[in-house]
Amino acid sequence: MTAIAQHQARRSGGDIVFAIVNYAVFGLLVVICAYPFYYLIINSISANDISALGDVRLWPIGFHLSNYEQVFQLKGLPLAAVVSVGRTVIGTVATVLASAFLGFMFTQERMWARKFWYRFTIITMYFSAGLIPVFIIMKNLGLTNNFWVYVLPWIVQPFNIILVKTFVESMPKELQEAAELDGANIMQIFFRVYLPNMTPILATIAIFSAVAQWNSFQDTLIYITDQSLYTLQYLLYMFINQASSLAAAAQDAGGNLGAIAAAATSQTPTSIRMTVSVIVVLPIIFIYPLFQRFFVKGIMLGAVKG
Amino acid sequence: MVSQAVLTEVAATAIEESADTRKRRRGRKQRTERGGKTSIGMFLCIAPFLVLMFLFSYFPLYGWVYSLYDYKPALGLEGSEFVGLQWFQMLVSSPTQMAQIGQVLLNTLAISFLGIATSVLPLAFAVFLNEIRAKWFRNSVQTLTTLPNFISWVLVYMIAFSLFSSSGLVNNVLTDWGLISTPIKFLDTDQNVWLAMTLWSIWKGLGWGAIIYLAAISGIDQSLYESAEIDGAGRFQKMWYITVPQLMPTYLVLLLLSIANLLNNGMEQYYVFQNAFNKQYIQVLDLYVYNIGMTGNSLSMATAIGMLKSVISVILLFSVNWISKRVRGTSIV
Repeated sequence: MTAIAQHQARRSGGDIVFAIVNYAVFGLLVVICAYPFYYLIINSISANDISALGDVRLWPIGFHLSNYEQVFQLKGLPLAAVVSVGRTVIGTVATVLASAFLGFMFTQERMWARKFWYRFTIITMYFSAGLIPVFIIMKNLGLTNNFWVYVLPWIVQPFNIILVKTFVESMPKELQEAAELDGANIMQIFFRVYLPNMTPILATIAIFSAVAQWNSFQDTLIYITDQSLYTLQYLLYMFINQASSLAAAAQDAGGNLGAIAAAATSQTPTSIRMTVSVIVVLPIIFIYPLFQRFFVKGIMLGAVKG
Repeated sequence: MVSQAVLTEVAATAIEESADTRKRRRGRKQRTERGGKTSIGMFLCIAPFLVLMFLFSYFPLYGWVYSLYDYKPALGLEGSEFVGLQWFQMLVSSPTQMAQIGQVLLNTLAISFLGIATSVLPLAFAVFLNEIRAKWFRNSVQTLTTLPNFISWVLVYMIAFSLFSSSGLVNNVLTDWGLISTPIKFLDTDQNVWLAMTLWSIWKGLGWGAIIYLAAISGIDQSLYESAEIDGAGRFQKMWYITVPQLMPTYLVLLLLSIANLLNNGMEQYYVFQNAFNKQYIQVLDLYVYNIGMTGNSLSMATAIGMLKSVISVILLFSVNWISKRVRGTSIV
């Protein structure tokens, strides 16, 4: 009896050590992942002269919110915000509707050469002509320095189409058959019967495409030179890397870069960078926990089906 | 351009796709024959989208002819000089060009292999997180560690900049503690560039990469664990002999896909972290093509390199797919 008791005690002792180490390691990982965001936020709401010295580390010092007003007086920033929101909303709606429609249509057995066109679509995931040829085509199509370069190339997304198609195939065939008996045509069947029932998969697609649109940086870099079409991401990149443009911007916003110890609310390069970063990341932080269940579900949908 | 996130998803569904289509193929064929008339109208409904697809994915392939010219945008293709295979010959004959492309290839492969070597981390993350009993803790860990995956590389760079620049948090703290007297240059250096890039990729992708394994773990048959317990298996034995082997198929698919993507590191991460100090070691193929094509204006040379890269990537994908068919019995594309 004592032997067994000892054995169990040793095992549970080991278990406790394991649990402590395990919790500690994951706790540390959480800090590593979350602290940088916290650091940006506390610096954007602290006294600007103190944050510029790098002394804001654990909590806000000299709390104020005027950075968020002032930063919108920076040249180009309000417009960049409009462009970013615009591309995110229009791009997401377009690709969600297109994916829903194409995914649904590719389940229609009667479509002429359906299999061929489906493969024609899916295969584009696996090759790319390369940066330069695509750039030249965009240029020839008049899509450089054009807002629609943010939307048109994103509309048809093969992977989303696969997701929708798999989802529709898991729905009962009777839905369509019943509607057909009632004399509905294919468009009515799509809009009235299938579209309202696709919400889970469309929500997943919407999140991914909205995040991708909001975060996109490369297309501005490659296709856009017109400053009125810059996005927030691109502006942030310029603010980090081009001290001169930032200094000019800060001057415009009424800051004084010469003397670091100016008033707590006048703009410094640090305060501008931190505040713009928070503006860029905040929508994602807010939207993300709300929709987490959708994308986990979306992946599960793919993973569990087989 | 293909992000890790997309890859993960593609992997998940790709398996199901091939299995699914195969399963349904027979039934579907019968139905089509019975259904009779094919519909051109339905095709016309999707045709506008196919046109978009053609314009942005297929039509640019025609641009590969630029690699045979000395293309000057101002002159157009007609006005530019036809040079045949000059650019391709330069790649293998000009010593300076060879040295440069050699370094770029070395960077590309080194970063890719570091990525492959660290690809077990998400799996380990999932296996150990699964051992945590408190559900609230598990969920919070998952939520907070997945967050970095959803921010842009520009923002990652902003974080790197505010934490690791010479006036950044880390240097400030180390100076205050008296550990260093001059700031350490973490970003403006040519030391450990590959490793630093890999670490940032891990920071961004670890939590997200683990989700697919967590999903797989939740699908493992619980009776396996129960019978192992009856046989007296301890915690580690269960993890090692049940959980890990059950995750291997998923791991293998992801591994094969990352081999297929050896040359496709994307350019965004490397572009934002690029500076005068680290340029030699950070230029991967995608960034190199951008740098010489868009900033250096050798559009034709950049097209030639991009074209070789695309062709090799497709060959890699097919080979990996062939291996997958031989070893696992299912294709991955």
